[in-house]
Formats: sequence, C-alpha cells, structure tokens
Amino acid sequence: MSLLPISAGFIPLVDAAPLIVAKELGFAEEEGLDLTLEKAPSWSTLRDMLVFGQIQAAHMLSTVPVASALGLLGGLPRLNALSVMSVNGTVFGISQAMAAKLEASGYGFDFADAQSAGRALATLPRPLRIGVPFALSMHAELVTLWLTRMGLTQPEDFQIQAVPPPLMAQAIGNGDLDAFCVGEPWGSVSVEISAGALLLPGSAIWSAAPEKVLAAREDWTEENPETVARLMRAVWRAGNWLSRPGHLTMLAELLSDEKYLGVSPEVLDRALSGRFMINSAGDLRQTTNFMTFWDEGATFPWKSQAAWIGQQLAQRFGLNVETSADAAKTVFRSDLYRENLGPLGADLPLASLKTEGSLAQTTEVPTVSGSMILGRNRFFDGKIYDPNA
Amino acid sequence: MADTLTIVIVEHDKERALAIVDSLRETGDHSIHVLAETSGLARSVAKLAPDVVLIDVANPSRDTIEQLAVASGPTERPVAFFVDRSDAQLTKTAIEAGVSAYVVDGLQNDRIKPVLDAAIARFQYFQRMRTELETAKRALEERKVIDRAKGLLMKVRGISEEEAYALLRKTAMDQGKRVIDVATALVTAADLLS
Repeated sequence: MSLLPISAGFIPLVDAAPLIVAKELGFAEEEGLDLTLEKAPSWSTLRDMLVFGQIQAAHMLSTVPVASALGLLGGLPRLNALSVMSVNGTVFGISQAMAAKLEASGYGFDFADAQSAGRALATLPRPLRIGVPFALSMHAELVTLWLTRMGLTQPEDFQIQAVPPPLMAQAIGNGDLDAFCVGEPWGSVSVEISAGALLLPGSAIWSAAPEKVLAAREDWTEENPETVARLMRAVWRAGNWLSRPGHLTMLAELLSDEKYLGVSPEVLDRALSGRFMINSAGDLRQTTNFMTFWDEGATFPWKSQAAWIGQQLAQRFGLNVETSADAAKTVFRSDLYRENLGPLGADLPLASLKTEGSLAQTTEVPTVSGSMILGRNRFFDGKIYDPNA
Repeated sequence: MADTLTIVIVEHDKERALAIVDSLRETGDHSIHVLAETSGLARSVAKLAPDVVLIDVANPSRDTIEQLAVASGPTERPVAFFVDRSDAQLTKTAIEAGVSAYVVDGLQNDRIKPVLDAAIARFQYFQRMRTELETAKRALEERKVIDRAKGLLMKVRGISEEEAYALLRKTAMDQGKRVIDVATALVTAADLLS
C-alpha cells in the first residue's frame, strides 16, 4: 500500500510529543500516512505555513483556531482544532533578581499555590514585565486571568510582551523581563542557565487548561475527510503510547534529538516526570498532572474550552463576549472527534459542553457507552465558567 | 512627499540588511530603519511608528512583531497584517520567498506594492544564493567521498585513478545508483572492515 503524504509543523516544545511520536514510532505509517514534520521558528510562521498550505496540520496553541473564528487573525482563513494534543505543560517563572527579593521576604516557593504566589508578586516593583510566547496564547490568558483576579491591573501593575520561547531564558537573563510564562523545556532551560526561578506550574492557575491542539485549515479538513481521520487516529494512538509512564525515558531521548528540541534528556525529563528543579540552587519540587497528553479525557476538544477561550479573547480585544463564545465553539471539532475516534474506543462524553472549573478532584462521568474519568478541573480561585450561562 | 513611507527592517545580518535597504531605496525616498537587537524590539518598533515592518520568516522574533499587530492599547498604533483580504497571492509569494511584512491599517495597496515587490525579489535572491551555496557545498563533499573511494580501489586493486573512476561509474550504472551512493557504500564498508 502506498502511503499518503502529509506534512505537519511543530514548535520545539515538550508538548509537540504526540506528533513526533506519531511519526517516530510508526503510528502515522500504520494509518497509511507518510508524515513529514517541519520545525517552525515561531508561532506566526507556523500559522502562515498552515494557512498558505506548506503544511496540512500543526501543533498549535489552542487559542489560535479560536482567534481565527473571532476574526483576530487579520482575515486569514478559519482553522479547526481536531483534537486536544495536551492539557497544561507550562511554567510561570521570575528573574533571579525578583526571586532574591521574594526569598528575602520569606516566600516559600511551594510551586503549587497561585494565591500566595500572586500575593508575593504583588510586593515586587511594578509594572512587572512578563514574557509570553505569543500574544494570542493560553499563557497570556492564564497570566491575565490570574493577576487580574489577584487585583493587579494592566498596564500599571503588569505588562505582557511576546518573546519567542528559545529566547525567553536570555531575555530574563539580560533583564528585559521580570517574569515569564512559557512551555517546557524553556522554563527549565532558564533555570539551567541561572537566569530564572520557577514559581508555579501553569496548572496551578487552571488545572485543566487545553494547551495545544492538532490544528488544520477548516476548508482542507472538509475536503480531506479520510486524511483527517487517519491523522487524528495516528495522533490519538501516539497520545495513548505517551500515557504509559514506562515510555517516558525513551520519549526524553527521542525529543532531545537535534531535529526536534535539541535540549538534553535530563532537562526534558522534568516536564515529563513533574519533578522540577526550581532554581539554580537545585531546590526540587514535585507536582502532579503537570502535563496530560491522553489520560482523563484530555484529548477531547470540548466546546466549552473553546467558549472559555473565546470569551477571554473577547474581553481582551473588546469584542462581544456572547457571540465570541458561540463563534469559538464552531472551531473545536468534537463532531469529528466522535466520528473518527469513537470507533477506536475513545471515550465519548454525552455532551460536548461542560462547566469548566467545577471538578475539585478526578470524577467519573457517564459516556455514550459507559463511563469515563475526567481530570481535576479547577481555577485557582475556585470560580466556575458555565458556557450555558 | 506623499510617497514616503517609514519602513522598519528587522535583520541582524548587516550585509543582508544593507542589501534590502538598497532594493527598497529604488522604490522611493523612504525613511528606512534597520533593527538588529532582539532586546526591547517591540518597544523600538512601536517608537518608530512605521508604516511597514519587514522581517525574515525564519526569525523567531516575528512573534514579538506580531504582538504589535494585535495590540489594541489606546496608545499603541495598530499594525495590521498586510495579509489584506484583497491580496492573498502577494502574501503567499512573500512567505514563500521568506519575508513577512506588517503594514499599518488603511495604507493603500498601490503605495505598498512596489515596496513589497522589491522586498520579495530581494528575499528570493537570498534564497537562491542559499540554495546555490548548499549545492556547491554538497558537490564538494561528494567529490571528497568519491576521491576516497577512488583511492581505496587504486590501492586494493592496483589500478589507475581513471580506471578506478570507470569502475565506480560502471557499478553505479549496473545497479541503477548514483556514483556518490556507490562511493559512500564503499567508503563505509572500508571503514567497517578496517
């Protein structure tokens, strides 16, 4: 059987793993795909490669397809999220200079509690200059939500700037930034080069934030249902492989290859194990559910996740909140997920909308064919987002 | 002068930057600024309030420039994508040539097009240069391997250089392979056996 050629793009981050594993461990090939992976230098370029057809699919920020539905991409065509590739997986950190101030004031660096971390940040000189990888990113949304609810305002108390992840550590090191929120391994890299200290995992702000999605152009998705189905199955099965703890050592080796991340397996292992070195003194912190690829329904593209992103973007860019949330739902393709992954045994929830932030612990919920376990889903301040409200 | 635009080029390679500036100068009496530093880039660009920003698509700092395109603060000047609905083909050509351009909202297409065409042509030239350089480098490396293979054959079989090359070529033709593939196989095998 001749393989169907397809190219997909990614940014060098640990959470690109599902695509990389789909290729390297043969899941794509088993689905009849000859998958070529293209490393992109920036999110803008990755998006353009997708929009202009140099690649057919991409490892993409969950916010970008939603932004396309809201018209925030300057008239570029609509992008779809076919499935969620990872939940969480980012870290929030501060420069060594800021860390020294917090240490002097007795802050405990628990790498867990966003309330106390937020209060500690509020004691630092303002405005805090905070780097995120891209203006339209979950990082920007989480930082804005967290600090705003802690009573800080933009731009007086904090300012968000876009800095490419591989340059983040350097920007912290030479004093261009006071703090940052970035996907691994770039937070750990900043610790490695003694530029930054880690304050929180992103999951401490929202424990169920959809971080990256498998994205494709909407028109391409409609025109190529069979290729889409094969790609979705390959990536989902790669996610299943990633969910086995026994595979993580091999994964770290695989990702560390120069053609993928080019960062040592020892540093990559921190995100994969949830065991972080938080500063250059070597202090260690263990966190659970730092990043989820597949377990606990992580891969399902919930329309309520899209609606949440939609209303956040709407508030930030002064759009109508209600219509934006509705428009956002149309690009998270839970319909295709059900159609293409149901036959493989993926858990299919009864509805594609749920309240976000309402699960204090993992919870069993009914599905089309039985039941599934949903992961903990809490915002740091306990607020709940109801997409039907 | 009505046709004068303020253009920012983000490029850390001096020679490339100068080449781009030269190309753009031919399209009008523009005020052109080159920014090389990644540090404080967004601030520097915002301060210049350019009509057009040009940046290599391979430059990771694109994401910093992009922030200006979506920033909507009261004091910030909006930089829209020149990815205007009207001219997707031009954008596609630009991206393929390796340059992305950000253009201030409302700027007329006929003012911008000569600048973009010049930038695209320049980047296409860069791309051609790079391809040529890579081809030349590869050819040089291939010649080295073939020379080694010839040397091995001359030594082991006691034949002349010409005969060694003829033997490589014949083997390649018989097997439907390129001379370099046969030479590489021979050199690899010799390394393994030694």
